[in-house]
Amino acid sequence: MSQTQTDELLKEFAPQLEHTGLKGKIWIGFLIFMVCMGLFALYWQVSRGHIVTGMRDNVVWGVYIVNFIFFMGISYAGALISGTLHLFHAEWRKPVIRMAEFITVISLLIGPLYIMLCIGRLDRLPNLILFGRIQSPITWDVIAISTDIIGCFIFLYLAILRDLSKLRDYEALKVPAWQKKLYKMLALGYTGTPEQQIRLKRATDIMAGMVIAIAIIVYSVLAWIFSVTLQPGWHSTIFGPYFVIAAVYSGTGVLILAMFIFRKVYHLEKHITQKHFVNVGVIMLVLAAFFGYFTFSEYLTKWYGSEKNDEILIKILFKDYYFFFIFSNYVGVLLPLIVVGFKKLRTINNITITAVVVIIALWMNRYLIVVPTLESPYLPIQDARAAWLHYSPTWVEMVLTAGGVASFCLFFTIASKLIPIVQVAELKEEPKESGDIYLR
Amino acid sequence: MNDEKNKDGNSRRRFLKLGLIAGAGTVATGAILATGKSLAVESGDKVKVLTTSGEMMEVDKNFLTLPPVDRKDSHQGIPGRKFVMVIDLAKCKNARACVESCQKGHNLPHGEEFMKVYLLQDSLKSAPYWFPKPCYHCDNPQCVSVCPVGATFKRSDGIVLIDNERCIGCKFCMTGCPYSTRIFAWKHEDVYDSPQSYSPEKGVPGVEGTVSKCDFCPDMAREGKLPYCASACPMGTILFGDIDEDVVTNGVDTYKFSELIRDRAGYQYLENLGTRPNVYYLPPVDRQFPVERGYESLDPEIKARYDNTPFVKKLKDKEKKS
Ligand code: SF4
Ligand code: SF4
Repeated sequence: MSQTQTDELLKEFAPQLEHTGLKGKIWIGFLIFMVCMGLFALYWQVSRGHIVTGMRDNVVWGVYIVNFIFFMGISYAGALISGTLHLFHAEWRKPVIRMAEFITVISLLIGPLYIMLCIGRLDRLPNLILFGRIQSPITWDVIAISTDIIGCFIFLYLAILRDLSKLRDYEALKVPAWQKKLYKMLALGYTGTPEQQIRLKRATDIMAGMVIAIAIIVYSVLAWIFSVTLQPGWHSTIFGPYFVIAAVYSGTGVLILAMFIFRKVYHLEKHITQKHFVNVGVIMLVLAAFFGYFTFSEYLTKWYGSEKNDEILIKILFKDYYFFFIFSNYVGVLLPLIVVGFKKLRTINNITITAVVVIIALWMNRYLIVVPTLESPYLPIQDARAAWLHYSPTWVEMVLTAGGVASFCLFFTIASKLIPIVQVAELKEEPKESGDIYLR
Repeated sequence: MNDEKNKDGNSRRRFLKLGLIAGAGTVATGAILATGKSLAVESGDKVKVLTTSGEMMEVDKNFLTLPPVDRKDSHQGIPGRKFVMVIDLAKCKNARACVESCQKGHNLPHGEEFMKVYLLQDSLKSAPYWFPKPCYHCDNPQCVSVCPVGATFKRSDGIVLIDNERCIGCKFCMTGCPYSTRIFAWKHEDVYDSPQSYSPEKGVPGVEGTVSKCDFCPDMAREGKLPYCASACPMGTILFGDIDEDVVTNGVDTYKFSELIRDRAGYQYLENLGTRPNVYYLPPVDRQFPVERGYESLDPEIKARYDNTPFVKKLKDKEKKS
């Protein structure tokens, strides 16, 4: 029974892997164009120096760091969501976990690129290893992120291994020979013998746990880059957990958006139903509440105690960044609570719109953490040059941001052309007698 | 204060001379002798210097135009020294001589300053004052802690330097420093092409994509000279010296550091942040000049910097009314 189901699924998804329609080709062409624009902006920045960005001596980190935090954040979607759902054996997860896993790995590849854009001397990157100092949070970050990338790759690989073997064995698949060879190579001779299944399950369980733990560490370390400094807006003890929550929160947003898009494009209406949107939506709702709670405690204590510099910061937030602040910390928290909270409002479209709002709000939230703080240092900024007083991103930074989003979509599209976007293999394949392998 | 200075001025002056020469000394006979290709001709004039091992020796004066200490040696401090700076806010009239001579001495491009002069006002009702701010060469420097590659380092003589040939330009030290001290080379500047050989002690020539800041002029200290800022200030606002030897000077007057700090209620700026700065301020009491004097004579470009301060806002309001 399960065998036939898998085959049916394979048959259903084969066209997705076999051809790309005109629309798809235009889409891919557009993404490649955007990525090329990004590369051009990169060339511009490398050849002319960082002066082409909006960053100056006070605001030394701008949208690059915001994007870095953002992409690292959404990489959480897979790590935490698919990891947890895997460990809790949530049956409904099947059609959505592949997407979550793709999001994780792809955004993990793009995120760190942004921190590189921020570095003045890319040619000296090897110094990080040659002269690395373990006392520096950047070194912690390098170690944590590289561990995370490896961990998430292994997790994703284990998750798609069975699908790869199915694809290898599916004779009727009309794909180029190299692609078939690729499947064969990557499937590692997995045939689904009971022994292999037990091993695979054990490995996946371990990796699911690991990936959750590593992801928490990575995000906390990232937060510490800010909170170990003495800057008024950053020197906060709750930044670690705050960043972790914000990360998963934005991750669920991106997952919902991905579900919506792929459902439309690949006609997955049968597999991804309103139930899935509501389930992920409820996760998003819980996270929204946590996120709102953290945001509230963070700013309440700053405002109530109001040390001189905190007061200046709050003033800037409410004056220069009023719209950003309201959108990210009010709308971004309340909308999911309302839309998912009321049963009547829980339609697929509503939840998706909310998810988009959450994604934007969370990006803004990071912007509010990074930029205004740097604009309100202990010593007042006394400079005649406008760019030194206020940060605003230049075209180079915007194009590179767009390029990053485009490469995210591009990688995602390509990945969905190579591996079915919905897991075809059954969730539980293990034979009964090995069901409780841990008891032996 | 003058009385006090004269009381035991003698011994102190002698001591200072020694101190400054000692500074020159580490220079390094080693370096001269080792390179051996010094083009200087002996003048017959001998000068006493202190070798790196702490011995006194005589060197020909012409050999004292020394090659910069190389990268490796500049990571060690000048032995036996612990530098300190005292800035007398009562004397500062924002003449900007310190800024300009520092810029010239360090070959800084236009607009980049190691020494910055702020117009501070602690609260709306209190009086504004000029506030020159170099790097504080903190004893617990955040900038050093956060640097991932050790390109910013603390030396035994208290100086915090940057190795621009190792710095990767991550700017973490800039966010780490709570005093907005550091500046970044956002683009390549012509002055960076200077053929001078680089040493972290000189900080020249600058390197695109790296960070730089006030370096307390250790190269000058090695030659027995005061930092550019301290010797340039016409008011003698900036005093430089050695905290272990308990002496600071602006080239004209010399003080016992501990007494100066005690008598004039010296303080460190925002020391509550735990950075333990090595720059002390004397509060702006009994000022020699009204604060306006430092504002009116400025270039319009510099003037505009202070536009957002309450002092200038008030000034402009008054002008409008009259
Ligand atoms: S003032 Fe700033 S740059 Fe200078 S030593 Fe202290 S922390 Fe470092
Ligand atoms: S910018 Fe340079 S000196 Fe500053 S922390 Fe990074 S590597 Fe170190």
